[in-house]
Amino acid sequence: MIRRGFAALALAVALATGGGAPGPALAVLPDEILDDPALEARARELTKELRCLVCRNESVDESNADFARDLRLLVRERLVEGDTNDEVLAFLVDRFGEYVLLRPQADGVNLILWVSAPAMFVLALGTSLVYLRRRRVTPEALPKRLTEEERARLKELMGD
Amino acid sequence: MIVELGHFAMILAFAIALAQAVIPLVGAHKGWHDWMAVAHPMATTQFLLTAFAFAALTYAFVTSDFSVSLVVSNSHTAKPLIYKISGVWGNHEGSMLLWVLILTLFGAAAAWFGGNLPATLRARVLAVQSAVAASFFAFTIFTSNPFIRMTVPPLDGRDLNPLLQDIGLALHPPFLYVGYVGLSMAFSFAIAALIEGRVDAAWGRWVRPWTLAAWVFLTIGIALGSWWAYYELGWGGFWFWDPVENASFMPWLFATALLHSAIVVEKREALKSWTILLAILAFGFSLIGTFIVRSGLLTSVHAFAMDPERGIFILMILVAFMGGALTLFAVRSQAMEAKGVFGTVSRESGLVMNNVLLAVSSFVVFVGTIWPLVAEMVFDRVLSVGPPFFNMAFTPFFVALAAILPIGALLPWKRGDLRRTMQPLWPVLVLSMAVGSLVWAIQTGHSALGPVGALLGVWVVLGSAVDLWSRTGRGAFAKRFARLFRLPRADWGKSIAHAGVGVTVFAVAGLMAWETEDIRVAYLGEPFEHAGYTLTLQDVRRVQGPNYTSTMAFIDVERDGRFIDQLTPERRFYPVAGMPTTEAAIDYGFIRDVYLVIGDPQDDGGWTVRTYIKPFANWLWAGCIIMALGGFLSLSDRRYRVAAGARRQPTPPKGPKTVAAE
Repeated sequence: MIRRGFAALALAVALATGGGAPGPALAVLPDEILDDPALEARARELTKELRCLVCRNESVDESNADFARDLRLLVRERLVEGDTNDEVLAFLVDRFGEYVLLRPQADGVNLILWVSAPAMFVLALGTSLVYLRRRRVTPEALPKRLTEEERARLKELMGD
Repeated sequence: MIVELGHFAMILAFAIALAQAVIPLVGAHKGWHDWMAVAHPMATTQFLLTAFAFAALTYAFVTSDFSVSLVVSNSHTAKPLIYKISGVWGNHEGSMLLWVLILTLFGAAAAWFGGNLPATLRARVLAVQSAVAASFFAFTIFTSNPFIRMTVPPLDGRDLNPLLQDIGLALHPPFLYVGYVGLSMAFSFAIAALIEGRVDAAWGRWVRPWTLAAWVFLTIGIALGSWWAYYELGWGGFWFWDPVENASFMPWLFATALLHSAIVVEKREALKSWTILLAILAFGFSLIGTFIVRSGLLTSVHAFAMDPERGIFILMILVAFMGGALTLFAVRSQAMEAKGVFGTVSRESGLVMNNVLLAVSSFVVFVGTIWPLVAEMVFDRVLSVGPPFFNMAFTPFFVALAAILPIGALLPWKRGDLRRTMQPLWPVLVLSMAVGSLVWAIQTGHSALGPVGALLGVWVVLGSAVDLWSRTGRGAFAKRFARLFRLPRADWGKSIAHAGVGVTVFAVAGLMAWETEDIRVAYLGEPFEHAGYTLTLQDVRRVQGPNYTSTMAFIDVERDGRFIDQLTPERRFYPVAGMPTTEAAIDYGFIRDVYLVIGDPQDDGGWTVRTYIKPFANWLWAGCIIMALGGFLSLSDRRYRVAAGARRQPTPPKGPKTVAAE
């Protein structure tokens, strides 16, 4: 993790200081856009789901790094060749590992991540319902009378 | 010389913080009044010394004293004065000094305004607050000292990161830190109460103003950060679910939950141990946030201090305070027996649901944020968790929260009747459904996001208005209307803050659902159309800024033949930092922003231009400001004026007045 952090930092610095690139390019460039609007829309959706591997937590769609541009072109290439969205993602995971996905796959241990929110909600809801039921004590259940001690104290306070 | 004095003042403040963390605590335990009383002057002195240290560092930045290492790496003589000042906290070391400054300010404020607290509670609060301050003084002095001198001072500095040379940055951290650090007050009160073994309505009333103040600043701080990202980072995103953003969002969610549960403690003496736990968690999460931001453990777009050693130090602070607090909580929380009894349908239950949803949504954010770390360390899977996950996992809880908000706000305390509560809300529900369907009909072909956002927005805003109106009681319209303006400010604050939530929910949904984008190569003098707007690139010029050079485009924006604005998006280059930036140009509007970005020149003489229409963008920040405004109004209510009670009554107040119950 730390090693990768530094690698990313080094790359970010290299990019920031203009390593190769003439200046801040924009993320999606006009020459990348596909002629078919439906296909282009799908490409945009897909690239929003992909992490730019050399950037600091940016999606491929947002980033202006060269790597992100390559990935955007690659995604479009696959789409033009007729891949489905899932096939494109599978292809990329195959090449770059699941680190490239911003929406983690719901399999294996990742199920913990996906299930944790609903599980926590059910748990919290259950606990609070139990609590609420317990707070709903009827007046009868409360001690009706004062104890001897309290009676004495009350007398004392009232000054009799 | 001044820098050395500042350095010395900081060390002295650290020594006082250490003493103040111990002496009043012993005094409170033994019942020694002079030992307790010493906390007051100590807190004041600590603050004054830290303020002096901060002023000394600011002086070094303003006078460009390049013998100070921090000034060299974050400043430059040519930098405008305002960014020389904001540069003080635009870096790790200086921002830590700001952090301790705010910590000691809160400590001192507790001493100044805490006159109506019982002596032992006040002593303990101040001691705990000072212990927190001491640990951060140690962190600052031993790992991130801002006053280190250079052996050989250079002729000029290396300049501040250009992205940070911005008014948004000048304001964002101070607000955020006041929020983060303000939660330490709730924490100190919680620990003090656990030590005392007593939580009652009065405690709830003392804790609320501090939490509310912290919450208001946190809200503004987050909104400023989001706004800054929106106009500065060049593609108009306002929230990226980045670890650093989540770090500020989790404490906000917990603080919001705490605000609401403290009401139950204050009015009904129930939910005591839960409220204490929330107070601990709220500050705990602001420490976790600090850890995430400063350690660089999670890759973030905003991180500016990647240093594992510092991370470990903060982790130690976190473990010590949270471990201690939670142990104390486990031992003592049983003693907090709740008193209030209430039905399942009641305001109390509504607030419990609010807490469940806020706590769970915060938990979602937490799990998503640390999951990459856990997956890699424990399960050896390298993966990312990004916006698609958070949007999916987080949204349902916030939708549920907005859905129950107006109902919960209107339910009476103790025992409610759902049918009677819903009576004034039915028209609102029908209206919001109608608006939702109308939006659905108009927007053909978009997702359900927009209509749902519109429905919830109208529901929450009008529901809040109904809530306020219902406070005016019965009678003729004119009478009720007159009464409206005599309502306690807390009532206004509540409704306004809730309405702010509605506005924000609507704006987020609208912006995400209806944003449009156009990317093209534009040529000088050749107009192009996007979403009903005609844009013409008139000119591209080189402009010299104070510490940068800029390529500035002049683009005319017209609609239906009517000239709207000339926008000047820029690409800047900061030679000292060697860094290029894009400066978007925005025509702010009531229902939409026109957002323009200029890119690279093309070989054929054209320029890459990106045009966005961002609907309701301003509503997003307006909603946050409305929330904060509600908080301010509530805070200014005389019932919560912390010092007001002290002057009038020498004895501690016995409990809350229930007259103007919310």
